[in-house]
Amino acid sequence: MAWLVVRLAISVSLFYTASAVFEDQVGKFDWRQQFIGKVRFALFDTHSQASKKLLVATDKNVFASLNSRTGDLFWRHVDKTGPEGHIDALLMYGQDAVVVAGNGRLLRSWETTVGGLKWETVLDTGSFQAAALVGVQDFVKYVAVLKKSAISLHDLSSGSQIWVENLPDSDTVQYQTIYSGGNGLVFVFGVVPNSHIVIVEYKIEDGEIMNKKSVEAAWMSSLESSCTVISSGILLCVDQITQSLYTLLLQSAEQTEMRQIHLQTLDLEVASGFQPVLTSTQPNPAQPPLSEFFLQLSPDHHILLQLKDGLIVPLRDFNPSYLAAFATSGERTVAAVMSPKNDTACSINLFSADTGRRHLDTTIIYHMDPNGGKPNRLYVHAFLKKDDSVGYRVMVQTEDLTLTFLQQPGRVVWMREEALADVVTMEMIDLPFTGTQAELEGEFGKKADGLLPMVLKRLSSQFILLQAWLAHLWKLFYDARKPRSSVKNEVNIDTLSRDEFNLQKMMVMVTASGKLFGIDSKSGTILWKQYLENIEPNSVFKLIVQRTTAHFPHPPQCTLLIKNKDTGLGNLYVFNPIFGKKSQISVPALPRPVLQTLLLPVIDQDYAKVLLLIDDQYKVTTFPSTKNILQQLQDTASSIFFYLVDSSQGKLSGFRLRKDLSTELIWEVVIPTEVQKIVAVKGKRANEHVHSQGRVMGDRSVLYKYLNPNLLAVITESTDTHHERSFVGIFLIDGVTGRIVHEAVQRKAKGPVHFVHSENWVVYVYWNSKFRRNEFSVLELFEGAELYNSTVFSSLDRPHPPQVLQQSYIFPAPISTLEATLTEKGITSRHLLVGLPSGNILSLPKMFLDPRRPEVVSEQSREENLIPYAPEMPIRDEWFINYNQTVSRVRGIHTAPSGLESTCLVVAYGLDIYQTRVFPSKQFDVLKDDYDYVLISSVLFGLFFATMISKRLAEVKLLNRAWR
Amino acid sequence: MAMRRVLSLILSVLSTVTLLWTQSGECNNGRRSGDAGDTDLSGFSVPLEHSFEVDDVPRFRLRGALQLKGGKENGVYLSQNQLSEKDRITLKDVAAADGLYRVRVPRVSLQVDRQTERPSEGYLTTFVRACALVESHLSDVITLHTDVSGYIIGISIVTIPGSCRGIEVEDEVDLEVFNTTISVVAPVTAPAPETAPFIERMEQEMEKKGKNPQEQKSFFAKYWMYIVPLVLFLMMSGAQDQSGGGAGGGAANGGGR
Repeated sequence: MAWLVVRLAISVSLFYTASAVFEDQVGKFDWRQQFIGKVRFALFDTHSQASKKLLVATDKNVFASLNSRTGDLFWRHVDKTGPEGHIDALLMYGQDAVVVAGNGRLLRSWETTVGGLKWETVLDTGSFQAAALVGVQDFVKYVAVLKKSAISLHDLSSGSQIWVENLPDSDTVQYQTIYSGGNGLVFVFGVVPNSHIVIVEYKIEDGEIMNKKSVEAAWMSSLESSCTVISSGILLCVDQITQSLYTLLLQSAEQTEMRQIHLQTLDLEVASGFQPVLTSTQPNPAQPPLSEFFLQLSPDHHILLQLKDGLIVPLRDFNPSYLAAFATSGERTVAAVMSPKNDTACSINLFSADTGRRHLDTTIIYHMDPNGGKPNRLYVHAFLKKDDSVGYRVMVQTEDLTLTFLQQPGRVVWMREEALADVVTMEMIDLPFTGTQAELEGEFGKKADGLLPMVLKRLSSQFILLQAWLAHLWKLFYDARKPRSSVKNEVNIDTLSRDEFNLQKMMVMVTASGKLFGIDSKSGTILWKQYLENIEPNSVFKLIVQRTTAHFPHPPQCTLLIKNKDTGLGNLYVFNPIFGKKSQISVPALPRPVLQTLLLPVIDQDYAKVLLLIDDQYKVTTFPSTKNILQQLQDTASSIFFYLVDSSQGKLSGFRLRKDLSTELIWEVVIPTEVQKIVAVKGKRANEHVHSQGRVMGDRSVLYKYLNPNLLAVITESTDTHHERSFVGIFLIDGVTGRIVHEAVQRKAKGPVHFVHSENWVVYVYWNSKFRRNEFSVLELFEGAELYNSTVFSSLDRPHPPQVLQQSYIFPAPISTLEATLTEKGITSRHLLVGLPSGNILSLPKMFLDPRRPEVVSEQSREENLIPYAPEMPIRDEWFINYNQTVSRVRGIHTAPSGLESTCLVVAYGLDIYQTRVFPSKQFDVLKDDYDYVLISSVLFGLFFATMISKRLAEVKLLNRAWR
Repeated sequence: MAMRRVLSLILSVLSTVTLLWTQSGECNNGRRSGDAGDTDLSGFSVPLEHSFEVDDVPRFRLRGALQLKGGKENGVYLSQNQLSEKDRITLKDVAAADGLYRVRVPRVSLQVDRQTERPSEGYLTTFVRACALVESHLSDVITLHTDVSGYIIGISIVTIPGSCRGIEVEDEVDLEVFNTTISVVAPVTAPAPETAPFIERMEQEMEKKGKNPQEQKSFFAKYWMYIVPLVLFLMMSGAQDQSGGGAGGGAANGGGR
């Protein structure tokens, strides 16, 4: 009986926490964007004229097919992260795409229309060097893979290995490239740096070595970067130091050294310090390459050359030119060259490869984004038009990872912002008020200047409000007459304004490549972008909101702490998060590396919060540093504390600000690094509100929470990784006094540890190395039945240590990231958002992670609505907030409160970005979508009229009775 | 079970908070009076230093000696001197200027055998507001925290009461002798998921169910008297929804009569 009651209690509690979306809610307030990352290989499907496929392989180990008309993904395969899934080569022939992945570990063939795997072969170990398609008699049949010490040939249709041969002298010779011209031979080129080149010929049928020769080349250090094969088997190399081109006939027995052609004889010169680049083209793997090739002499100088009868002839000089690429359609090969036009635009022109003549009317104007980076890759898709002339489209990749697809005469067909595949940090900023709202707000901001002007001001602003309301009504009326489809809610940066419940916000995203984005949270539209040059990629960024939108007329202000690529020092980038514009405020120079930043609630006259930056000599720089601020800081200096973490020495230290903005060391905690190392330190979120000070117990007494805003959760991992002895340490340290509030050790546990620190609890996830499973543990801190000082919390005056309760649970899935929901006032119950490697995001009620869950149900625990303890945490499908919209490789979840207490905005980012809203306690402050307005109003009106009529009738009746 | 947990919690708290008082140089070793004699044999001593300066630049002086006892029980004993006349005046001055009273201990291991392995390097420091120390008449609680292997990783000091209310301490005698509670705290072992008791309880439930034949009745058989009215109620409320508009009209008609 008791058990049943327990089960009933569980099911009732579940009934309250279940929060799935209905089918018609899909996409209503959530969106997902899928990304691929920085493109390393891109191939257009030239198999048929009508094909829209564009195959790409990226540095994020993603292999995908894009629709070249829209830029959308046809399909996408996300491989393992790291070197295991690294895509080494991408080759395409016909309908098949051959991919070498994992440093030559796997050879895969994909069907390109639907992205199905045709076959997969595991290759022998050995580091990958090169791969090439091999054709015999005009028909491509094989794929050859060159490893450090072996070459193997595989059948293109089945993947079966035809033969594998060890390379001769592979311990001294570095084999780097491979070539086949369709004449039944495969050439492998190796180099002994600064000595000679080795060329080995293999017979395709059985892998027999037909010929092996070595050619003197004392100037050569690497084949890959300086050599290519042109024409019918001529190895062409370029050297910067001797300023020469070298040629070698591959199939001649007599030529034993390379023929040198001085660049001077061609009136050419390589720019100093530039490694010249040769680009040739082999339109069909079964036929030898063309005899034309590009030589890049400097970053903006290309030249098209031709080898004719053993002589090198310049066809056309492109000076200046940024990028050049070959493309083939049918029998015609063309070269596209991008040249600068003016400061903001480039022109791309098409030239015929064999003559260097310009094709008429083929110019594409590429407008460079003033807030973007320079173009660095050009991919050309050439096709034959109906009149047999060559048409083309280009895809340009820039430094800031923007893919732009252009067609003549410069129309941007689509654009992808691939920098968003690597979001590092983000913030959500409230949108500004509309002009009228701001007008009303501005009234309060100004200093009072007399009674009459204030009244007039109020009247005028209310008149403006009335006007706006009438305009709004008129617009509604006007829109209602128009057909529904034509009314579009275009998001525009100029019309951005806060909605009624502050559900629409600006997402400011900082990406690893150094590009900033402002994205509308409602639609996912990119409203502004800004590429920051000279930034060390993948370094730590810190985004700080110094002033929110609440201080009209002052614009909101965000500050980004970035690391300069050249100097390695910190730098502040101040911008307006709504418009993305760089602020004109003067920024303090940071001559020393910054260790810690601290945002103080101290504000200056402009309502910007003060940012303290602590450098490696413990000196403090303030931003902004006006006189007012410095005065305020001097007054409050003795109550400004900060902490530093040095995980290499296991040292946590606390500092106090002095009046002269120097600092003094006040506490020190040292966790010996021989035993354990600090892996993470987290404080609480500054914008977090806790509504209830305590928890009401079953007997109506109150258990007060220990709400220390200065508490730090420090997680350590043991250096001993043996599964019996490894442990995870949890330290709760007061950031002001350095007092260790709680210290616990999770035995037989291993990282990676994910944790959330909020309110009076810490939740962490670890790997139990003994039972080989993921486990959740929750720590809650309580002051007890009485509060020490109920008015204010001071770390300096809380002598009694808190009571710590802890409980652990088994979680039946691996975890990628962890975050807690956040709401405006903290009334709504909390949920934990768990990002799973499968791409799902689980909204787990905090109720399940409560160390007070009783093992035996009692009257009191039932009164408190505590769920009886069960060691295993349930995972329910309806808790997945992103239904089938999985977020690939989720790395972080950002939560932000909205204007509605019930609603929390969630953004999950990884390879994809997913935005949604969650309602941890359901939508208690919102009427349902299907709320029956007709019913309620008809009942109201009905009753109203009923009262009116019955009143009238009663009067008549009374009158009649009086007459009787 | 819950009772056992509470008990173990209390026990662990008790065992970690080892109370030792020192008064007028005469030691009063609360619960562990037996251990006091052994300290000279297996323990070792480290200095506890303090600093309180009007200019707030730390200059540490010896406050007392911590007798640490190695081994599992982590006994600790503090012998300390009285504050001199000069110190008392300085302390009061520092308190008046809202300065800090700092203490520090060297980084050592409680494991005696590890002592020789590595010489102590550096100190662990912490502080308390000097005024709080003065107003509490030098009653402080010092806690030494160790890590799993017995290294001291942190020290904390609080005074009871901890507040600074600006109360003038008249009696000089109140500031002569420290009334210190000192303890060593080792990390607690965090609980792992408790599967065994849960399974045990499940089995008990099953057994109970098996014994009681009445329990084996199906869910409906047992609770039909609750379910039927609930279903009826739900049906009624559902019907009301659809005829809601009509009911309103009906009321109007009824009123008319």
